[in-house]
Amino acid sequence: MTELAFRTATTVARIRPPSALSATLTLGWRALLKIKHVPFQLFDVTVFPIMMTLMFTYLFGGALAGSTQAYLQYLLPGIVVQTVLFLTVYTGVGLNTDIQKGLFDRFRSLPIWQPAPIVGALLGDLFRYSLAAVVVLIVGLILGFRPEAGPVGVVLAVLLMLVFASAMSWPWIIVGFLVRQPESVMTTSFLLFPMTFVSDIFVDPRTMPAWLQSVVAVNPVTHLARASRGLMHGSVQLFDIAVVFAASVVVTAIFAPIAMRLYYKER
Amino acid sequence: MSPAIETAGLSKTFGETRALNGVDLFVRRGMVYGLLGPNGAGKTTMIRILATLIRPGGGSARVLGHDIVKEAAAVRAKVSLTGQFASVDEDLTGHENLVLVARLLGFSWRDAKARARELLRAFDLEDAARRQVRTYSGGMRRRLDIAASLVARPELLFLDEPTTGLDPRSRNQVWDIVRAIAGEGTTVLLTTQYLEEADRLAERLAVIDHGRLIAEGTSRELKASIGGRTVHLRVSDPARRDEARALLAETLGHDVHDGHEPTLLAVQCADDEHVPRVLTALTARGIAIAELALAQPSLDDVFFALTGRPAEERPTEEAA
Repeated sequence: MTELAFRTATTVARIRPPSALSATLTLGWRALLKIKHVPFQLFDVTVFPIMMTLMFTYLFGGALAGSTQAYLQYLLPGIVVQTVLFLTVYTGVGLNTDIQKGLFDRFRSLPIWQPAPIVGALLGDLFRYSLAAVVVLIVGLILGFRPEAGPVGVVLAVLLMLVFASAMSWPWIIVGFLVRQPESVMTTSFLLFPMTFVSDIFVDPRTMPAWLQSVVAVNPVTHLARASRGLMHGSVQLFDIAVVFAASVVVTAIFAPIAMRLYYKER
Repeated sequence: MSPAIETAGLSKTFGETRALNGVDLFVRRGMVYGLLGPNGAGKTTMIRILATLIRPGGGSARVLGHDIVKEAAAVRAKVSLTGQFASVDEDLTGHENLVLVARLLGFSWRDAKARARELLRAFDLEDAARRQVRTYSGGMRRRLDIAASLVARPELLFLDEPTTGLDPRSRNQVWDIVRAIAGEGTTVLLTTQYLEEADRLAERLAVIDHGRLIAEGTSRELKASIGGRTVHLRVSDPARRDEARALLAETLGHDVHDGHEPTLLAVQCADDEHVPRVLTALTARGIAIAELALAQPSLDDVFFALTGRPAEERPTEEAA
């Protein structure tokens, strides 16, 4: 210790606590910094969807849709959906890490709008979802994916995914509060496999047994994938968009209050 | 002016465990106050309640004049907490961590950056400012953590075991920091399991065990309260220590307990006339004495006298 300069520190006798918005944005800024410092994590989670795209397109694409090109047109919007949904787990992982490291104690002892750490993390996650979507879309474009509705359709589709993904983050936030280690949050993420596979992301459900078809039909992921394809190729059904919004509202209404209760509960 | 801390009958139960069992504590402003006790005594629970992180189960507490339940926000605006584990973001740099906290306290971006630089300089972290915290040593992390607690110059700083796990050099740095903080007029409440630390830093101490406050006062008062002085005795043959202990307990009718090394014994002596009797008793039995010293009781002795068991040990290392 050279000298204890805080003795003569300048600054600010009385500061006013930040507004809810300012605190939330600051914590969102923190999430962006983490992406900047640990970009590898993003790379990590986009490798899997890219691999799936290549495998399904070139192994099964011809058999499923007549040509790999035609299949890629069908598959890619759904793969972006899957990518974004798998990322929602990381909201819970990040939260759990913060709790274990004692960072949440620090945030909670600050005079800020108390939900700001969670909402800020969600904001950062939205950016992460978008970034991952862009990476997968670029790979798709290189492989020959051509969105018929142009960039506007693609942007609208990604926005719709963000809506549903932010709703789907809440259950993972709950898991993040409940389990002891970040790794345990990851373990529970296997639930996303049935959720994304039992949908029409990969194949048209018409060839499935009737009972499975009815499961696929009620899975909101099916409607999100369908709406995304529709938006990107200019053939969207308003019904699918409505289902996605409704599902997002329902999921948020159920899980967000539970998450907030856990947040306020003492650990 | 209201005291820094005032609690009455503070209690907290976690499931079946009574973490705190009716603690009355009074801490004047402007001092370093030590909460001393072994692991699991309730120190951390106490600090977390006072910092408004958890609610008390029973009793009441006022921090800097504000009720910790009804006026939690007012308390939060004036206190700062450094927990047991460095609560900094490992992915961020030291500079970014401090800017983050400053922003959350309401600093403008410009002031936040200025304050971060100032603190990094004060805590000897300038060279590491642009590095991710995951590359920091334990001592650097702890310093950054304390720096983060000082961004807004709290009136009351809680330090939960500030030197646990640090090497002696880093520990001394933290001690210097605590003294400097107190020198600025900030009240510091620190918990520790190390008697040496409490002795060196704290003006007053509360000894906590099993959720109860079992003694309170300056370290001098605590030492005086157990009376007399202590004879520290080293027998030549460790195999005969038990025999020597039994013999002394019998002849003096006093507390005799084992020291930290296999040949050491500590004997509580009400007055100095007991000292020759110790010598006589041992030589009569033919137990060779390698070393004998008369001392003020240490806090170790105090803890033993209060609880009937020794306090936690930290590997002995000499502080500069």
